[in-house]
Amino acid sequence: MTMAQALNAALADELAGDDRVVLIGEDIGTLGGVFRITDGLKTRFGGERVIDAPLAESGIVGTAIGMAYAGQRPVCEIQFDGFVYPAFDQIVSQASRLRYRTGGFVAMPLTIRIPFGGGIGAVEHHSESPEAYFAHTPGLRVVTVADPQDAYSTLRAAIRSEDPVIFLEPKRRYWGKGEVDRTLRADLDSARVLRPGRDATLVAYGPLVLTALEAAVAAEDDGIDLEVIDLRSLAPLDRATVAASVRRTGRLVVTHEAPGTVSLAAEVITSAIEDCFDHLEAAPERVTGYDIPYPPSAFEEHHLPGIDRILDAVDRTLGRRHSREVRA
Amino acid sequence: MSTTIPETDHDLVGGPDQPLQVLAEDGTRHRSPTLDPLLTDLDQDALADLLADMTVLRAIDDEAVALQRQGELGLWPPLKGQEAAQIGLSRALDPDDFLFTSYRENGLAWLRGVTPAEMLAVWRGTALSGWDPFARRMATPQVVIAAQTLHAVGHAMATRTRGEDGITVACFGDGATSQGDFAEALVFAASFQVPVLFFCQNNQYAISEPIGVQSIVPLSHRPVGVGIPVLRVDGNDVLAVRAASRLAAQRIRAGGGPMFLEAVTYRLGPHTTSDDPTRYRDEAELDRWRRRDPILRLERHLEQLGAPVEQVRARAAERAAEAATALRAALAELTPPDVESMFRHVLETEHPGLVRQRDQLAALEASLGPALGEDS
Ligand SMILES: Cc1ncc(C[n+]2csc(CCOP(=O)(O)OP(=O)(O)O)c2C)c(N)n1
Repeated sequence: MTMAQALNAALADELAGDDRVVLIGEDIGTLGGVFRITDGLKTRFGGERVIDAPLAESGIVGTAIGMAYAGQRPVCEIQFDGFVYPAFDQIVSQASRLRYRTGGFVAMPLTIRIPFGGGIGAVEHHSESPEAYFAHTPGLRVVTVADPQDAYSTLRAAIRSEDPVIFLEPKRRYWGKGEVDRTLRADLDSARVLRPGRDATLVAYGPLVLTALEAAVAAEDDGIDLEVIDLRSLAPLDRATVAASVRRTGRLVVTHEAPGTVSLAAEVITSAIEDCFDHLEAAPERVTGYDIPYPPSAFEEHHLPGIDRILDAVDRTLGRRHSREVRA
Repeated sequence: MSTTIPETDHDLVGGPDQPLQVLAEDGTRHRSPTLDPLLTDLDQDALADLLADMTVLRAIDDEAVALQRQGELGLWPPLKGQEAAQIGLSRALDPDDFLFTSYRENGLAWLRGVTPAEMLAVWRGTALSGWDPFARRMATPQVVIAAQTLHAVGHAMATRTRGEDGITVACFGDGATSQGDFAEALVFAASFQVPVLFFCQNNQYAISEPIGVQSIVPLSHRPVGVGIPVLRVDGNDVLAVRAASRLAAQRIRAGGGPMFLEAVTYRLGPHTTSDDPTRYRDEAELDRWRRRDPILRLERHLEQLGAPVEQVRARAAERAAEAATALRAALAELTPPDVESMFRHVLETEHPGLVRQRDQLAALEASLGPALGEDS
């Protein structure tokens, strides 16, 4: 099934298995969501469990917090990444710190699903990568998925979590297909090594996992053996998996779509330096979106990290000839 | 108007709070003590012009939808059905009045002299904003729902402080009235008695969600609670919208503070070209609203006046064809910009971090062969 169908299946299974689970968001009922992730769920579970919300993101997240107070397990859909900001205050000032503020009395089993990232030729505010804002906020879990199985299992784990989870769905991978075993369970804490390799560690997450795997295949032609890690959990970060890999390969490249400054890449690289500096053979590299607002779609193929930029960075860590020498 | 009767039937025209109307569905003109005094300047030629304006907008819109279907545009938000609302407002404003709109107001942009290439740039993905807001007296399209309502209020506060004449207009949809930003805009506008016109095109839907999800009373009840006077008009009646907009603008200009105008209309097409409206509304409803088509209504009225309708229609069609051709021709001006321009305008001055990123990209692309950004 596609990743979109896998997410739909995960929501259906959680709604069916636990009557405390409710979905709320714009256009998620009758329409089934603009990406059809909630297709058919209102018909099956009714308008009190699958709620078409007024057009107000602060309202969606704020009321979901109240629902969680009252014992429900709300799953919010934010229609696009760029529209989560009106709800930012409710997420970072309220949801994230209720457990802490109340000395553990109030749990926040709240899941906020956000289709994120670019690459679909969309207009402004439809291609953002806001993960760093949330990963920076203590009290939130931030996870992202890369394939249908992972999407299915991780969304179920997110809904079952007692903590607020920012669940980032890589929208340009919604239509990618893969096998889904509904009995498999996932946790929200661990990165996974998708492909073992000898020469360098390539860390990616969400939409860029597929790109990283493709880069690894392309690198084989040059005799370079890349280890690819899917980070999955952006907060908290699975530093151990990354460090173990870097100890084997001695080299690290991190890639994501969000701007590189004050980013997840910065965090992963700093962690690796702290955890296994002695094993690094070269300065780590980050391959990210540029430090610009997400540009008009005519530019996105240049803005988004692609195989060439990733391999160029891999070459640098390996001390091979690379583009910066060509121009310098 | 009544502020007590909740509406259960969300098909608002003909509901308990009958919006102000000048032209009935069949084109008959009826008396409106509120609006008639504002329409005395309209002769038959002026009516024919309004018809031509609406016909042109529809042609532009149809052409843009066709361009999207042919892969020339990434997306387009059709305004079909809302021509009277946009023309009516536009024809009531002064050239100096400043507009803050969302993405569906391409009709207003057209009437503000935005060129076809400027208008298409955003939808083709070659720019985030197509035109100079100050030259057009119109901010570029806002995608974040309701954000522009606050900008309009602030703009109006500043222009009043600076002693400038124009009023500021905030345009938005029915869905926008649910956002916190909108509520805050009303509060600021009322508290500071700001010269701003809130112009809501209630086209009955926010993507798939019918108006009833946003409000169980007419939207125009809402501003009353903070002390902003309202007008509610039939948005498919171009004369009513023009007259009501004038009334509101005059009042605001005279120092009467903010006003809210709800134009009750209908989006005949999809929300955008990627939407499938058959999932959430039925043919019968669509048919009801097709009969209220703003263009047909004015045509019928002209017929009743004994105007040479065939001639009027032919002239309008000619202008519409020209506009559509211009739109298609404008694509040629929208060639992909050079890659380096992606790094411009982040801050007023270049900063070294970005210069470094830009040079790295140029170097990489140079190293890959026949390059983009090679000539830097
Ligand atoms: C803050 C925000 N949330 C969600 C969206 C996605 N979205 C785009 S248009 C739209 C519906 C808007 O409806 P309305 O305000 O009635 O205007 P209309 O499109 O009908 O003109 C939605 C939900 C958005 N653009 N901004």
